[in-house]
Amino acid sequence: MRNILGYIQGYLQLSSPLTLSNASSQITLSAQNLSRSFAAHRVIHDLSLQLLRGEVLGLLGPNGAGKSTTLQMLTGCLLPDSGRIEICGIDLQKKPVLAKAQIGYLPEIPPLYRECNVDNYLTFAARLRGMKADDVTAALLQVKQRCGLEVAGKKIISTLSKGYQQRTGIAQAIIHQPAVIVLDEPTVGLDPAQIRDVRQLIRDLGNSSSVILSTHLLGEVESVCDRVQIMQHGRLIYSDSSAGMQHYAQISGHLISLRKPPALSELVKIHGISSVEQTSPTEFRIMHAPETDTVNQLLSLAAQYDWQLQQLTPLHATLEETFVKITKEDAQ
Amino acid sequence: MMRLIAMRELRSLFAMPSTWFVLAALQFIFAWFYLARLEAFLEIQPQLAQLANPPGATLTVAAPLFNMAALLLMMLVPIFTMRLIAEERRNQTLTLLLSSPVSEGQIVLGKFAGLLAFLLLLIAALPLMIATLALGTRLDTGLLLSNCSGLILLTASYVALGLYFSSLTTQPVIAATGALAVLAGLWLADIGAPAESAWHQLSPLYHFQNFNSGLLDSSDASYFVLFTTVFLLLTIKRLQNNRIYG
Repeated sequence: MRNILGYIQGYLQLSSPLTLSNASSQITLSAQNLSRSFAAHRVIHDLSLQLLRGEVLGLLGPNGAGKSTTLQMLTGCLLPDSGRIEICGIDLQKKPVLAKAQIGYLPEIPPLYRECNVDNYLTFAARLRGMKADDVTAALLQVKQRCGLEVAGKKIISTLSKGYQQRTGIAQAIIHQPAVIVLDEPTVGLDPAQIRDVRQLIRDLGNSSSVILSTHLLGEVESVCDRVQIMQHGRLIYSDSSAGMQHYAQISGHLISLRKPPALSELVKIHGISSVEQTSPTEFRIMHAPETDTVNQLLSLAAQYDWQLQQLTPLHATLEETFVKITKEDAQ
Repeated sequence: MMRLIAMRELRSLFAMPSTWFVLAALQFIFAWFYLARLEAFLEIQPQLAQLANPPGATLTVAAPLFNMAALLLMMLVPIFTMRLIAEERRNQTLTLLLSSPVSEGQIVLGKFAGLLAFLLLLIAALPLMIATLALGTRLDTGLLLSNCSGLILLTASYVALGLYFSSLTTQPVIAATGALAVLAGLWLADIGAPAESAWHQLSPLYHFQNFNSGLLDSSDASYFVLFTTVFLLLTIKRLQNNRIYG
């Protein structure tokens, strides 16, 4: 009996440090119960979030929801009134220097020394984050290639266009290959082609490090984020995978287009249809109760009366609709 | 890290045309003053020679030159220090420093060292000019060294004060005005107060006078060290508060 107990104990002692270290290497950023006030005004209420390695988290919210304040606290630019932040298991308040070495941060306005050229600026940023001088040259080449800054290396930052400045800002945040990358509205001021490139870049970064980005562009969340958290009035009100968020606001309906449409009243009469909206002479937006065979009925009627059905498209809730629904529900 | 921040400060100073302009203009003023003093000295030299213990070239040329430099620096240093933190705050680049793995102390000392190095370069011309006198006469190296060390300490205290004012605001101009007002106030307290008043003790320029006349007094030196340290600590404290009050 004692043997078995000893064996189990030994096993537990062996295995627990292993599982622990495994878990802590997975969680790169964890914030618990953060609160923050400015004067008497409470901006962040009891906010907790966690980020795993290889994950892209989108922090979504209307203006003034506290996204930027949260990110400032996560990067150590602002001290929380209460709460705890750990970066790769290192306490940000107690060992700020060690913890910050793991962070790359792009604030809302990129922190650029406008009189520097891009190469000098990025070298400074890398050295400031504690990179050795020998490693900087290779990192500089790599980051310029990743951010599409090859041609801008010798240019003075103040002469660059907004898009290039933004890319330089992103480059300074990732040049030292940090475990946690914090991006505050990274695609602001970029043209559509650049936005696509930057989103691709963020996806790539998400493979090796964790990325947390704030945005109010819902398309961005859809295309780059694994997980979404929505903030409103300083609180996290919703958290799910970005695919899950799309399912949140289920609506059932179809968009149909008929070459020889019947009168509107005939369509409304079909069993299960709750409303019909005519968007053009031949196109209708039909809303119906979920899980009815309205579509089958519609198809057979269309064949019977020769309405000449041309198009039948199921309606999806867009992220915009979902977002509005979630924030409205919370406001109520 | 400190060195890195100091080097960046220097590099951005030299990237600005205005720095070169000030550098050139100041050298011109120093040289002009030096030559004027030298000419005056040469004119009265025959009369001085009749005195029993005539003052040498170092005392009549170098000492006033350093004194004038001390006054000029009082007005110039705030213009250089105003950018150090206020402009970083205005351009939002302070976030880069605050989110980097460096302590507030390293940031402040780095900036202090960077600007001080530049100003030392600027005043290095003074001993070089005086050194040319060695061609014609024997120099009083003791007086020269005490003037140099006094001027360095004085500059350091100006920079520390200017740096503190720069850390208080977002507007460089306000930082410059504030620092200049305090320095001018301290100077006026010195020249305006009656002879035995304690007001003199407050002024950096008053403590420089002993160095200027070749008197090395440890209390003067410790005044400068204390002055500089206090304002550097206040600046560090202000940067720490930046994280608390946002």
